[in-house]
Amino acid sequence: MEIIEHYLYTKEHEWVNIEDNIATMGITDYAQSALGDITYIEFPDLNSEVEQFEQFVSVESIKAASDIYAPLSGRVIAVNENLESDPEIINKSCYHKGWIAKIEISDPEEKSNLLTPEEYRKFLESMEDKET
Amino acid sequence: MNPYIANTDEQVHEMLKTIGVSSLDDLFVDIKEEHRPKSFNLPAGKSEQEVVQYIHGLAAKNKKELIIFVGGGYYDHYVPAAVDALISRGEFYTAYTPYQPECAQGTLQALYEFQSAICTLTEMEVANASLYDGGTALYEAMLMAIRITGRKKIIMDGGVSPIYRTILKTYTSNLEIEFQETPVVHGQSDRQQIFKILDEDTAAVILQNPNFFGAIDDHSDVIQKAHQLGTLVVESVYPISLGLLKTPGEMEADIVTGEGQSLGLSLNFGGPYLGFMATRKDFIRKMPGRIVGQTVDRHGRRCFVNTLQAREQHIRREKATSNICTNVSLCAVQALVFMTLLGKQGLKELAQLNLNKTEFARQTLEKIKGVQVKRSSPTFNEFTLYLSKNANDVVEAMMKKGFAAGFPLGRYYPGMENYLLVAVTEKRTREEIIEYAKSLEEVLWN
Repeated sequence: MEIIEHYLYTKEHEWVNIEDNIATMGITDYAQSALGDITYIEFPDLNSEVEQFEQFVSVESIKAASDIYAPLSGRVIAVNENLESDPEIINKSCYHKGWIAKIEISDPEEKSNLLTPEEYRKFLESMEDKET
Repeated sequence: MNPYIANTDEQVHEMLKTIGVSSLDDLFVDIKEEHRPKSFNLPAGKSEQEVVQYIHGLAAKNKKELIIFVGGGYYDHYVPAAVDALISRGEFYTAYTPYQPECAQGTLQALYEFQSAICTLTEMEVANASLYDGGTALYEAMLMAIRITGRKKIIMDGGVSPIYRTILKTYTSNLEIEFQETPVVHGQSDRQQIFKILDEDTAAVILQNPNFFGAIDDHSDVIQKAHQLGTLVVESVYPISLGLLKTPGEMEADIVTGEGQSLGLSLNFGGPYLGFMATRKDFIRKMPGRIVGQTVDRHGRRCFVNTLQAREQHIRREKATSNICTNVSLCAVQALVFMTLLGKQGLKELAQLNLNKTEFARQTLEKIKGVQVKRSSPTFNEFTLYLSKNANDVVEAMMKKGFAAGFPLGRYYPGMENYLLVAVTEKRTREEIIEYAKSLEEVLWN
């Protein structure tokens, strides 16, 4: 499973890339592979306020519909409109072209609640252990 | 040997032996003695012949030969023989939920065509494969409007069937939904009152056309005002009337539902009936129920599948759009056969026939002393009479003369004890209508 080194992660398999006070987020390689072919993204309203770890997006695939949680609190300033017509971009490029939303973050301190790439890798390994 | 259970004692013994128990009682050892019923209080069994005689005896208690002038949402329309003949084919009659498209193309195609027919009839963009009945479909539409808008206030027109309104309130009695009802004024939705309480917290305005009193309305103005505030409009319709009336699609309604019984289903003592729902394409992912879609297989051939299933509870679990993960397929196919047999022109003529016969009935009945025909609004095939006697008593007396005379409105509308709702379908002959008028006059004056 691919993990990007300078991103942060959640236990719900979201990634976040923070540049200044803008957090770009999406779902991880593990999540896209577990969901299978993605068929639809339900976006939040632009400019809506979200709380950290609050459900704000849902992703439908041929196998399941899953809630996606905001990795950080703030205001939704953009959503990836390309996903509307071609949601499978997430399957092809989950960390880059398949970003889901950009949040203007309100509390940088919340970063400490997120996982580092190393912690996320360990978390994935511990999940595999449980499965076997 | 019991005539209704195919297994012999020997076979039962063999089955018990195979799973390693010695008697039927051993299958229930996990249930403590005190929790088991002491007795089922069942009478002794009856032979097949005795059962048939008993059931026929019960059936004979029904008045089957009444000439029907009752509507109230369920109508006595003619069902062409081809409808029952076609839906009785095993391929439709015994078909299971089409989870495996590769072996359910016939069922899926029929449902797809049903959806297409509903879209054509209502002039809406998408329809689902049906819901249980008109009332539950309206309830689902209300929840759908709440999901789409994120608002909790519902304005309900008093002209919406009181049966449906009871269903809506019962289903939502433990939810935080604010209902505000508006009255009917001279048969029409009360614009003044609706516009007064319509605001940015209103999820939906729920309307019905024709309304419960049979009156026709053009709700375009209400819909336009609602849209300005981001409020949706749910319209419950009587499908047969759409052969003539302005469609909900033309009025720009957002969600359309209705009772499909009039489309080729008999009046089966309350069911199974057929709920239908149609909406705009934008809202398709918020729509409950099953949707059949058209696609191509790997050889590029046209085929049909259950689509957008991520809305449904077998995939989305507790976040599904509804607990409805099924539909009334056979009833939907029945309606499809009916609509296909009549065709566009046939539905138009059927609607016209209903309208004409109703107008004849109104003109005949208003000549009777003690009968006032309410004419404040145009009607389709149902209208309201004001009688000089209690409508319940009149209905009872008319029954003795061979008529199901109508629906006494006092049952749901306090103060309307002398009002009778009368429906006239294409099945009613000129002679029946004249005979009805004669009998009504006798009942009122003797």
